Amino acid sequence: MAEIKRIKRGLDIPLKGEASLSTSEDTTTTLFAIFPDDFPGPVWKAVVKAGDKVKAGQALLKDKASGKVCLVAPVSGTVEEIHRGERRHIEYVSVRKEADEYLEAAPARTPDEIKERLMSFGLWAMMRQRPFDIVPEADVEPRDIFVTAFDSAPLAGPMLNDEMKPWLEAGLEALAKLTRGKVYLGIAPNAGISSKAAEVFEFQGPHPAGNVGTQIAAIKPVNKGETVWTLDARTVCRIGMLCSKGRPDYSTWVAVTGPDIINPAHVSTRIGAKIDSLLKGNIKSSDDVRIISGNVLTGVKVGIDGFLRFPYRQICVIDEGANTDEFMGWASINPMRYSVKRSFPAFLRGLSKPFDYDARIKGGHRAMILSGEYDKVFPFDIYPEYLLKAIIAGDIDRMEKLGIYEVAPEDFALPEFVDTSKNELQKIVRNGLDNLRKELS
Amino acid sequence: MKGLKKKIDSVKPQFEEGGKFSKLHSVFDGFYTFLFTPNETSRSGVHIHDGNDSKRTMIMVVLALLPCCLFGMWNIGLQHAIATGDMDHNFFHLFFYGFFAALPQIVTAYVVGLGIEFIVAQIRGHEIQEGFLVSGILIPMICPIDTPCWMIAVAVAFAVIFAKEVFGGTGYNFLNVALVTRAFLFFAYPSQMSGDNVFVSLGGLQAVDGFSGATPLGQLAASDGAAQVLGVNGTPLSFTDMFMGYYPGSWGETSTLCILIGMVILLATGMASWKIILSGALGGFFMALVANHFATPLYPVTYLNPWEQLSLGGFAFAIVFMATDPVTACRTNTGKFIYGFLIGAIAIIIRCYNTGYPEGAMLAVLLMNCFASLIDWCVVNANINRRMKRSLVKN
Repeated sequence: MAEIKRIKRGLDIPLKGEASLSTSEDTTTTLFAIFPDDFPGPVWKAVVKAGDKVKAGQALLKDKASGKVCLVAPVSGTVEEIHRGERRHIEYVSVRKEADEYLEAAPARTPDEIKERLMSFGLWAMMRQRPFDIVPEADVEPRDIFVTAFDSAPLAGPMLNDEMKPWLEAGLEALAKLTRGKVYLGIAPNAGISSKAAEVFEFQGPHPAGNVGTQIAAIKPVNKGETVWTLDARTVCRIGMLCSKGRPDYSTWVAVTGPDIINPAHVSTRIGAKIDSLLKGNIKSSDDVRIISGNVLTGVKVGIDGFLRFPYRQICVIDEGANTDEFMGWASINPMRYSVKRSFPAFLRGLSKPFDYDARIKGGHRAMILSGEYDKVFPFDIYPEYLLKAIIAGDIDRMEKLGIYEVAPEDFALPEFVDTSKNELQKIVRNGLDNLRKELS
Repeated sequence: MKGLKKKIDSVKPQFEEGGKFSKLHSVFDGFYTFLFTPNETSRSGVHIHDGNDSKRTMIMVVLALLPCCLFGMWNIGLQHAIATGDMDHNFFHLFFYGFFAALPQIVTAYVVGLGIEFIVAQIRGHEIQEGFLVSGILIPMICPIDTPCWMIAVAVAFAVIFAKEVFGGTGYNFLNVALVTRAFLFFAYPSQMSGDNVFVSLGGLQAVDGFSGATPLGQLAASDGAAQVLGVNGTPLSFTDMFMGYYPGSWGETSTLCILIGMVILLATGMASWKIILSGALGGFFMALVANHFATPLYPVTYLNPWEQLSLGGFAFAIVFMATDPVTACRTNTGKFIYGFLIGAIAIIIRCYNTGYPEGAMLAVLLMNCFASLIDWCVVNANINRRMKRSLVKN
């Protein structure tokens, strides 16, 4: 039996548009793209040119420092474009799908083989290391590896479907060879997943129970000088398939969700797919919507001509709301205006019922005024306000002492949502982690 | 509303940089965001936000203050009527007498305080912050009704500039602005701000025989033993009178019942910390119990029982509305318990054992404002030590 951990501090944001489990196959998408910015840490260098023929699993980008960690093509075809932004920064590399081929490899058994396979087939980049929330550094052995097998974010679908499940154990076995510590697997209540290679913990409670950071904090927090790796169970399944069968898997199962989706359901496609064909005819009104690749808390805003972004699990469409004129919103008695503080009459209809949301921040930016807001949705033994202030002040010593090694930006998503002062907390933490890494290297 | 919005949008460019009225940008912006919630959408991080913002927060606190405010106005009229022997009164007479007596104070506080906020916001190029919406109503409520408006103006200016703006504005001040105003009045104009003459508005009329305008705590502090607390016309005050607030005092803070209603609003909407209120009440009750146990004629206030201590004077008001000011209180949960308890205890200590200050709540809150960061520092350090112990790398 898995040990049970109860997460008390958190919040399930009620949102309309949960995806049904019915799955359609996406066969029309031909353009796929990989965004190096989704994989923070290394400096990525393109190793292909527009027009090159690539197979699924072949490297498109490599990290400049080691030259081993790759971001790979999810499909076989022709490299369409290496899109550069300011100062020739690579924004994405797109591939036009032409065939159903894979680069194959022999099964991997030894730790070195496994590492090499993960790096060259793009799965290494789908892991993260703490501290710093970056792609793991190639030469550091992790203390432990943490895997989350469920996503508790608003409207997130199940992490695994029946096709993937059989590969989980093989993946966990492969990971267990990469650390002298343990592999921990965090599962949802009654998920019925067991494992011999990993120690299993069941997490009960509201979001962020499924966030791997929450699970680390509850199992064994990261200390200064230690490194742990984190990943989701879907990546573990891909690892399992690659290491035991020698076949890379870049398919994904995306929950198309949100209040502005006519028919919220799942689509199976490849990672990095262009979003328009996944959404065709499924958006309620095409103007003034925000398409988010990912969930509403940590996802990336993309246009209808955007691509599916890491971690390739969810699309959420909500109203943008930029043209909404709300007269004296501070005096609103609108029963659909959600606030955890019960300062709007909405709490009378019950805060667990779905609410209307748009992307407006609904207020002005202020200094931190109310206290204890963040703590209520932040299940760490950390004082978030103090850590954030240390980051803003650039006080490295204090950041270390207050626990910056234990956190990633996504852990601050719920505090950012409830923040009365509308501060961009995830951005603050991201900058703090990047600066700290620069200072320490 | 579309028409209004269009009209305002059409004059907006004149208030922006380079426009005719660019010097009034912050003021314009303040009014604009007051009328229309900004439709700025999120650029980074989370895509949806909680509906609560700082305007709503402040409005909820003002709403929570309303019962005290309205009762206070009525009570001004009531005390006036009793003091002048006016038996021919009804509810509206009393209320409007008090309303018109208090209105100049409220207007003065808002005009001076918001004026300074507007100017500072413009100089700094900031948005106007809402903190003074609450302070502006709090300040008159914790002053005697006969405080001259010019004194309030001077005190508000002092407090807003030196207790708030020099530190960076709302969210950065370490002392409660309303209490700094009150303390400034108390120490700068001691003769006008205490004693028997300012707590009851006579309105130029002759008082009845046996009239005393002293507050209950003022009477006790001046007595020489277990004295009976009297109303303005010399009749004894019952506990119900004390709880309901039918006695003279700083006009907004006499009714414990209305304060409790305000407390329920604050707690229900999540604007105040129950930890501070609970521990504050416990601290006060505990200290009052101790004081009462060792009651001595040397310190006559010690003869009040704990329930009376909690109901009289500004204690309850200070615990519910002043101690819970999130900016100046402790920010950690453990800290809040310590902070609240000490405010309660110190308020009663000052009240009982310093006969020079009949009420200690204001000084207790200001004192603990100064110590709030220290308490938090200790609590946070305990967390740091825990983390250091866990860590293998020592430095």
